[in-house]
Amino acid sequence: MARVVVDVMPKPEILDPQGKAVLGALPRLGFEGVTEVRQGKRFELEIEGELTDERRAEVEQMAETLLSNPVIEDYAVRVLEPEVGA
Amino acid sequence: MKVGVITFPGSLDDADARRAARVAGHEAVALWHGDRNLSDVDAVILPGGFSYGDYLRCGAIARFAPVMSAVVDAANAGMPVLGICNGFQILCESHLLPGALIRNDHRKFGCLDQRLVIENNRTAWTSAYSAGQEVTIVLKNGEGSFVADEKTLDMLEAEGRVVARYVGNPNGSQRAIAGITNEAGNVVGLMPHPEHAIEDLCGPGTDGLGFFASLATAGLLSA
Repeated sequence: MARVVVDVMPKPEILDPQGKAVLGALPRLGFEGVTEVRQGKRFELEIEGELTDERRAEVEQMAETLLSNPVIEDYAVRVLEPEVGA
Repeated sequence: MKVGVITFPGSLDDADARRAARVAGHEAVALWHGDRNLSDVDAVILPGGFSYGDYLRCGAIARFAPVMSAVVDAANAGMPVLGICNGFQILCESHLLPGALIRNDHRKFGCLDQRLVIENNRTAWTSAYSAGQEVTIVLKNGEGSFVADEKTLDMLEAEGRVVARYVGNPNGSQRAIAGITNEAGNVVGLMPHPEHAIEDLCGPGTDGLGFFASLATAGLLSA
């Protein structure tokens, strides 16, 4: 069993109204000094069996075809290391 | 003509779209997201709403509905396809149209009578208008801001594929784009709702009817 994380973020040049709303809310709560907020999504995938290069390539495909829209979003795939003793 | 209107889980404006097709003199056919064929319709409308609850991204799940394989094939073969609002988002997610729709820049759901200029009247859905005609049609969305990279925007402009442009810019759409078409002119995506502007009794008038009436002309041209 492997746990793979796919992070999806709006491309830098794409306006992120949700991030802007969060940025606007922080000072109202007394949190100062934040100059930029971008809001994205994090997907955690549990993959059956060993994470071979082939399976890993498949996750990239999932990220590109469904989890993200390459027109407006970038994605990054990474494997979570299993915790010691787990 | 037989105009199919697809209902996805979460579609809202399918009944209005069928009604608009009937008012324009067509036979409206209800299609279901799980259908594998298009029941011999001559044109397809993807209606507005919140298919699959807008989960993941607007239109992202609907794109993989069984019926969409048939829609993509038919669109590529030249069948007139109109995506309204959520339907526009589905067409972009399906790669039948370039670009994407993101959250309005003012972050609020907008619901208003919106003035538009019909810039391209050579599509299957806009031939009833004159080029440059100004119309007023309902606009109601939370994620209606059209975005694409500069190269794509320049290409759309150069090829005359901007079908309708907002007068003013109600949602931060790049270059105030309200609707676009594919290269062939049979697939049109439009953020405003022409199906809500077909009768004087309800809505801002009848300016939207032309989108559905255009089909008759398109049929004659291809016959």
